[in-house]
Amino acid sequence: MKSLAELEAIRNKMQNQVGMRKDDDAMTRVVVGMATCGIAAGARPVLTALVEEIGKRNLAHVSVTQTGCIGMCKLEPIVEVTVPGQEKVTYVKMTAEKALKVVSEHIVNGRVCAEYTVGAEQE
Amino acid sequence: MDFARSTVLVCGGTGCTSSGSQKVLKEFETQIAAKGLEKEVKVVQTGCFGLCALGPVVIVYPEGAFYSTVQPEDVEEIVSEHLLKGRVVTRLLYDETVQENSVKSLNETNFYKKQMRIALRNCGVINPENIDEYIALDGYRALGKVLTEMSPEDVIEEIKKSGLRGRGGGGFPTGIKWMLAAKSPNVIGKYVCCNADEGDPGAFMDRSVLEGDPHAVIEAMAIAAYAINAEQGYIYIRAEYPIAVKRLQIAIDQAREYGLLGNNIFGTDFCFDLEIRLGAGAFVCGEETALMTSIEGKRGEPRPRPPFPAVKGLWEKPTLLNNVETYANIPQIILNGADWFTSIGTEKSKGTKVFALGGKINNTGLVEVPMGTTLREIIEEIGGGIPNGKKFKAAQTGGPSGGCIPASLMDVPIDYDSLIQIGSMMGSGGLIVMDEDNCMVDIAKFFLEFTVDESCGKCTPCRIGTKRMLEILERITQGKGTLEDLDKLEALAYNIKESALCGLGQTAPNPVLSTLRYFRDEYEAHVIDKKCPAGVCKALVSYSIVADKCKGCSLCARQCPANAISGEIKSPFTIDQDKCIKCGACIEKCKFGAIIVQ
Repeated sequence: MKSLAELEAIRNKMQNQVGMRKDDDAMTRVVVGMATCGIAAGARPVLTALVEEIGKRNLAHVSVTQTGCIGMCKLEPIVEVTVPGQEKVTYVKMTAEKALKVVSEHIVNGRVCAEYTVGAEQE
Repeated sequence: MDFARSTVLVCGGTGCTSSGSQKVLKEFETQIAAKGLEKEVKVVQTGCFGLCALGPVVIVYPEGAFYSTVQPEDVEEIVSEHLLKGRVVTRLLYDETVQENSVKSLNETNFYKKQMRIALRNCGVINPENIDEYIALDGYRALGKVLTEMSPEDVIEEIKKSGLRGRGGGGFPTGIKWMLAAKSPNVIGKYVCCNADEGDPGAFMDRSVLEGDPHAVIEAMAIAAYAINAEQGYIYIRAEYPIAVKRLQIAIDQAREYGLLGNNIFGTDFCFDLEIRLGAGAFVCGEETALMTSIEGKRGEPRPRPPFPAVKGLWEKPTLLNNVETYANIPQIILNGADWFTSIGTEKSKGTKVFALGGKINNTGLVEVPMGTTLREIIEEIGGGIPNGKKFKAAQTGGPSGGCIPASLMDVPIDYDSLIQIGSMMGSGGLIVMDEDNCMVDIAKFFLEFTVDESCGKCTPCRIGTKRMLEILERITQGKGTLEDLDKLEALAYNIKESALCGLGQTAPNPVLSTLRYFRDEYEAHVIDKKCPAGVCKALVSYSIVADKCKGCSLCARQCPANAISGEIKSPFTIDQDKCIKCGACIEKCKFGAIIVQ
């Protein structure tokens, strides 16, 4: 350890591994429906894609969890994204590709992918 | 390493390890691999969470689900339900965190609500065997700040301003200690030592800090070395703490590899290295001069002070010696400032104190509370009260050097000075809770047996005086004591306090003096009435069967190891007093409450 910058680099690199262990309201929550209906519709690749992309981008403030059936089984796989201070956004009929776009557009750049939301689907 | 969507923290403290957390940890790894989740779920072994009574303890994040008494058989359910499907396994949750539709945060439970974690901040949060996790939570930033922005004088000034006092028991102001050590000239070497020889019965605070967050102590010792201009440090730790020793060694090796120990740390001129020295289980080696004598490789015996270690310590060189918990506070004080630290606690006792809760209490475990918290809050709220609906009688603090706090003083705020005032002391933080079934004379005898056993024998008051005190106590518990014995006991106690060589001897009579002060009636019952009110002292009690209540089921007779109980089925049984060994096995078995102790 020859400088403070080195220490800071390790600290930053590690943030996404310990970040979730705090009770923190500032986390962006990504929730994937993983009930039988969700899994049957292909929620598993969606979850894997989300986890990999968030890891790749080193997004320490994001948590990914699963949940049970929301009730709209025909719209599975469903992914909900809650950014602190904003309304929850519900994405439906998700795929791995769509999930990548949600990460880059919504979570990173703050632009909701309106075309995937439950509102767009029902129109 | 990849991003993990979920982290499973398994407690690897000594408490949970002995209740089987290693098997649980292995099972998690096996089950997670079997479900193909190893890339997205991380399993981490941490230090103590504090709720040792409910071990093995497992926390799953990001939900923060707190699973208690997890058995290897339960793991498959947690993995397939919670980790795979996202459904928290409610039946295994810690009762207090269960609420409808969601998991209550651990910080809102009674056990954690009133706690404030400074020394224990990383315990149960990070993997103690991974330096990167410590760094992620601001580890070694305090050392970096000290080396690049502060002069040694600044550091000492900051610690002085913080009002931090030694957590090992004495409560000496840490900043002054550092200043004295810094003032001593560095002729050929100075040393920084850490006292991890935690010997009080019932105390395990230091062990938990070292098991859960060893780097905090290493970082603090490096800061201390910079402040007093030392280059070598020693951690003196009991060999009876194998997990702590192992993790500490791993931590030292990792710090060396990262160049956080060694030469030119952070590119400065500062050099510091650290070694472990194992104690062999002698209580006296927790006394500072005996500890240093032991590090030197000699028989661990104390020597008179002055000269104090700050002037002439290890190998006759100026030496700074602090306790584990004291060190664990240092990085936080440097990072957050002395003003932050002084905002916590009472006027003369700043910050927090870690207590090891033991004895007759529901939540056996480790707690950290701001100074000035009352005993009532610790026992009734955080500790969850006394089991089996029994009544609180007294709490023992400070181990064999401390005293008992009776129920009438439960609302005294706990800090260094108020505890001394009521005849006890902070000690290192062991807090043993006693209920109405404990005999205070017996408790005093227990602690004196301990000091007699552990006295190093160098000075006469401790070697012979405590032995004589113990003999008097033995007489009293056998019903052979007299009222003069009580006076003699007290006089002897004050003599030993004044004349013993080291802290161990000077404080050895405290358990007797404090029980005499608050529970004299119990002593008198033993001496005058020849009765033990709590029914503990065997010589003074007898077991008998109340004929009216006895149904003649013979359960007690079959249980009696001495064949002292006889009678005919369906008619009252009797106990032969000559054969009875007063073990109490019959009472536990009797379903009708027919056996009484008098």
